[in-house]
Amino acid sequence: MTMQDSHSLAPGRHSARTTTPGPVDQGADVQPYVTADGRRIGGVLMDLRNITLRFGGVEAIKNISFDIREGEIRAIIGPNGAGKSSMLNVISGFYVPQEGEVWFKGFRRGPMRPYQVARLGIARTFQNIALFDGMTVLDNIMTGRLTMMKSNMLQQALWWGTAEREEIAHREKVEKIIDFLEIQNIRKTPVGRLPYGLKKRVELARALAAEPGLLLLDEPMAGMNVEEKEDMSRFILDVNDEFGTTIALIEHDMGVVMDLSDRVVVMDYGRKIGDGTPDEVRNNQAVIDAYLGVAHD
Amino acid sequence: MNISAQPEQGLRSIPALLARNAVTYGIRPAYREKEFGIWQAWTWKEAQDEIRALALGFLALGLNRGDYVAIVGRNRPAHYWSMVAAQMCGAIPVPLYQDAVASEMGYVLGHSGARFVVCGDQEQVDKIIEAEEIIGAEGQAPTLEQIIYTDKRGMRKYDHSRMNALAHVQDEGRAAQQRLGGELDARIAELDYDSTCVMLYTSGTTGKPKGVVLSNRNIIETARNSSAFDGLRPTDDVLAYLPMAWVGDFIFSVGQAYWTGFCVNCPESPETMMTDMREIGPTYFFAPPRVFEGQLTSVMIRMEDAGRVKKWLFDHYMAVARRVGPALLDGRPVGLLDRLRYWAGRLFVYGPLKNTLGFSRIRVGYTAGEAIGPEIFDFYRSLGINLKQLYGQTEASVFITQQPDGQVRSDTVGVPSPGVEVRIADNGEVFYRGPGTFVEYYKNADSTASTKDAEGWVATGDAGFFEDGTGHLRIIDRAKDVGKMADGSMFAPKYVENKLKFYPNVLEAVVIGNGRDYCTALINIDLNAVGNWAERNNIAYASYQELAGHPQVYATIKSHIEEVNASVAQDEMLAGCQIHRFLVLHKELDADDGEMTRTRKVKRGVISDKYADLIQALYDGRDSVYTETEVTYEDGRKGKLKATVRIEDARVFPPAQPAMIQKVAAE
Repeated sequence: MTMQDSHSLAPGRHSARTTTPGPVDQGADVQPYVTADGRRIGGVLMDLRNITLRFGGVEAIKNISFDIREGEIRAIIGPNGAGKSSMLNVISGFYVPQEGEVWFKGFRRGPMRPYQVARLGIARTFQNIALFDGMTVLDNIMTGRLTMMKSNMLQQALWWGTAEREEIAHREKVEKIIDFLEIQNIRKTPVGRLPYGLKKRVELARALAAEPGLLLLDEPMAGMNVEEKEDMSRFILDVNDEFGTTIALIEHDMGVVMDLSDRVVVMDYGRKIGDGTPDEVRNNQAVIDAYLGVAHD
Repeated sequence: MNISAQPEQGLRSIPALLARNAVTYGIRPAYREKEFGIWQAWTWKEAQDEIRALALGFLALGLNRGDYVAIVGRNRPAHYWSMVAAQMCGAIPVPLYQDAVASEMGYVLGHSGARFVVCGDQEQVDKIIEAEEIIGAEGQAPTLEQIIYTDKRGMRKYDHSRMNALAHVQDEGRAAQQRLGGELDARIAELDYDSTCVMLYTSGTTGKPKGVVLSNRNIIETARNSSAFDGLRPTDDVLAYLPMAWVGDFIFSVGQAYWTGFCVNCPESPETMMTDMREIGPTYFFAPPRVFEGQLTSVMIRMEDAGRVKKWLFDHYMAVARRVGPALLDGRPVGLLDRLRYWAGRLFVYGPLKNTLGFSRIRVGYTAGEAIGPEIFDFYRSLGINLKQLYGQTEASVFITQQPDGQVRSDTVGVPSPGVEVRIADNGEVFYRGPGTFVEYYKNADSTASTKDAEGWVATGDAGFFEDGTGHLRIIDRAKDVGKMADGSMFAPKYVENKLKFYPNVLEAVVIGNGRDYCTALINIDLNAVGNWAERNNIAYASYQELAGHPQVYATIKSHIEEVNASVAQDEMLAGCQIHRFLVLHKELDADDGEMTRTRKVKRGVISDKYADLIQALYDGRDSVYTETEVTYEDGRKGKLKATVRIEDARVFPPAQPAMIQKVAAE
């Protein structure tokens, strides 16, 4: 599959300005392994160490550490206001934590601009859909490839030489994603006219267009009905399986999280209260208390 | 180019036709498929290479003569190639309905004993595996040995010890050309007019599906005759979008396409069919009435939302079209002024409308499968679309009768197709025999014998009569559906249902009345049309069920029924079929619930059992009834739908006048 081949191009083009080279410390449990259904889980892709994030006097994240391994689906769950979205924003580099270190692919990451994040091979979707409503589905997805376009504005305006060749190549990639997510029938429809569930899918398509190594999904199934959730779950699994994309996601629907993810981080009031496989997390007393509430005497 | 004048020697199988086309039409397109937003094309030469590679791959996997190869997937070139490749190997292709649930597939797989299955994608593979388990649970020995899939997506995790991607099978076939080429050529040479071309399972409005065995003679003779009848050319384009398991698709996309050498275009996905059709602009088109109904409904909905000027233009010029369009199409004399008006109408309305519908280039269009509402039929005819009717069935390789150009009417199904003889039995049932008459029902000698007699006459199960003067056949109804009311007058439900279905709001109607004092109806609303109306009138609804039970919806449906009653009252034979009471069903009739066939024909027996409580209420005078209905979800799970359904009376009209009783064809 050409898509898969080209996939290896995207991540890894990190800039020396934003990262500090240094050795990765190999934790205890980072031996690559193969899951029961045949997926390869590699070494540590991102390591978050003792992260603390404050907004003024409010501590949104309190001294949290966990890692994301290559090829896995990593979920972050927790009740409302637990700090999940903040955590995702730290991972994406949008927030810079006051304390702690973010290690990505063996390098310590400093503050970055959004395009630098994109070039690192990190793409995301948003909790509140952030698409261009007036543009077609196709154009929206094409924006996912902007960072990879090299032709200058004049060439693009004249549709000449590099610009033309480039656009055709990018369009081909985008068409494969359209095919993958089965949205051929809305290719030319303005996004504003689409129902919510499809918009979510278009957002995923745009994120995939950037050919990310790490895909961040902020509540990909919020507000969906059962059928849409099933579709989205299948797409997330297929993305992970076909392209080997590492996925970190936030989700409220516990059934979905437990079915999809390899490992789960549980947050509550900015603290990490659980971390492990879905089964481990499900039987963790702290997690049960956080979700079901606990009697205060 | 008159192909039928060519010598037929040697052209006695589909693979032989393919070989001829690869030489004669080598660089002309044979298949197109839209993929990744672009139409990809294969010439006849390229198609031959692809099919040959696949056939060699089948041989390498051990496909034997006489094996059955099931094919389940949407219309894609690769699936058509699989059918021809199977034929090359001396095997028999068995296309299945891709939306069938696992248990239905299990039956067909078990009955045909298929050793190979070609699946479109992961979803179909899952269903086949489930179907195998069902067969196993019933104690039948498993026959399935190889699963071949077209779309690789999601298939990585499956046990591949007996599974292959179609592209890989082709690669292996190409590699095995030296080793197996001779064997394949020998098997192709063995094919003759009497070898089986395809086995198609009937959708079956009653009982289990039956495997209809069609020989090369059936398919090729039928394709030759029907291609000549309509003057089909190698430059024609068809859109292949109807289920591959349906005989119509096989005749059009394989039989006629290979005989004539025209191009088969496959849409990108079922949802993009309308867009793809507009892009291709087929010259030869085939659709069951529901497709035309659906298109007309969507046009009407959009016109409701159009501005006042557009709406006026549309209404005005459609009136002109209805008056003169059919006459122009049939070449009858039309006044100069009307010709000018029609010309202006074409500029403002018909041209753009036809373009939107994808009918700009259409030369010949057919509708069949069931009767089409005359108003729908006339709508397309009046636009200048040469839409015709044919009457046929799987057992006849489609064609029994069809309408010649210039003799098209909405109430007949035409004259016997070339080479086909038709006769009407004393009880009104239509019989036929011809070159397309099927060989047998697979493993079902009893049914074969009761359907086809020793002289080759086949009972259609439909009641009809030849019209005096024109020689056109008119079908009244399914012979077993035509009955008598309690007072002895004729009951022909289809006739009334078709009138009802013309209204965009009515998706489906089931009229009941056999042996009863009066007729009643179960109505299905069209969610598109009624939902659009509700939106424009600020009527909030949460579900299909709620909308269906809305008082204003009832009022609308009631007015439709009364209009139909008035029109039915004009027909002296059928005036008794006016609808006295009706209800709007709380769920859509669905093939998954066994209420319709996969070709969307209502199964009356199932409905009268399943909705017995509703039907009883229609006749005992109650004005509402509580009911629980079992529904099947797409994934096969079952649930219960509870509803209180209202029943209303409709006004009936006195019959036009008791004229002399004509001979009733379906007595």
